Amino acid sequence: MITLAHYIVLATIIFCISVAGIFINRKNMIVLLMAIELMLLSVNMNFIAFSRFLGDASGQVFVFFILTVAAAESAIGLAILVVLFRNRATINVGELDSMKG
Amino acid sequence: MDLPWTLILFYAFAGVLVLSAIGVISVKNSVHAALLLVLCFFTTSALWLLLQAEFLAVALVLVYVGAVMVLFLFVVMMLDIKTEPLREGFIRYLPIGLLVAVIMLVEMLALMGVNSMATVVAPADPGGASNTAWLGHALFTQFLLPFEVAAVILTVAVIAAVMLTLRKRGGTKYQNPSIQVAVQARDRVRIVKMVSSTIPAPATPESAP
Repeated sequence: MITLAHYIVLATIIFCISVAGIFINRKNMIVLLMAIELMLLSVNMNFIAFSRFLGDASGQVFVFFILTVAAAESAIGLAILVVLFRNRATINVGELDSMKG
Repeated sequence: MDLPWTLILFYAFAGVLVLSAIGVISVKNSVHAALLLVLCFFTTSALWLLLQAEFLAVALVLVYVGAVMVLFLFVVMMLDIKTEPLREGFIRYLPIGLLVAVIMLVEMLALMGVNSMATVVAPADPGGASNTAWLGHALFTQFLLPFEVAAVILTVAVIAAVMLTLRKRGGTKYQNPSIQVAVQARDRVRIVKMVSSTIPAPATPESAP
């Protein structure tokens, strides 16, 4: 029988993997965005597990809104990435230092 | 012997999910990372089906695999990215990244107290209705205003993405739709009244050969 702890532990593992991804892919902005998507996924899994095991629909409604906002976020983030690449010809986070004083 | 099929499926999906998540953050090629992220989303959708959250599982496949990841793939393939400078520091930051991730994992698991939560077994049945009806009832009564706000957020995001990437290049010809729509018939056709004059007939009409 699957318990709540199974899902919580799985979501925690995914979250920590994506945190490690942000650390080790510090230069590649696309992989950073993918790691953020992975983080949101683990949070959504927590929400759905709690919603299911507590019998409350609010958690799943929250996941709905998180999906909406995450889609908007990734669309705008990728648009910014395209503009950035057009202007600077790089997506290396280390070279994006034009606002450095 | 009755095998616990849902548990076996859970472990299978969880293994695929963890492996593909590790692949997303560690493969060299960004296209491969995007495809592994698609696998992550698909496996998560299967896990949500095990939780009987059918609507969100289908929405995850439709929205993420169908739209967001296609957008990612478009951008990855559109940009001509040299991966070598992006990979520098990968080995350098690997130990600290792993250290932080493992410490976070242990801390979170200790904080949640997995053993105390392992007793929660029986999932509450949401009133016998289907998951979509259950969710829709909550969405359109209690959360109606946030729903409308979410629609506005999506519209703003679409307009922002288009306006950010719109580029006016010199030398190209553009149509202005507002001028095209506002045009009147009298601007297009001008009827000129002219005095008709008799054309002098040719003096010697040529006979047909």
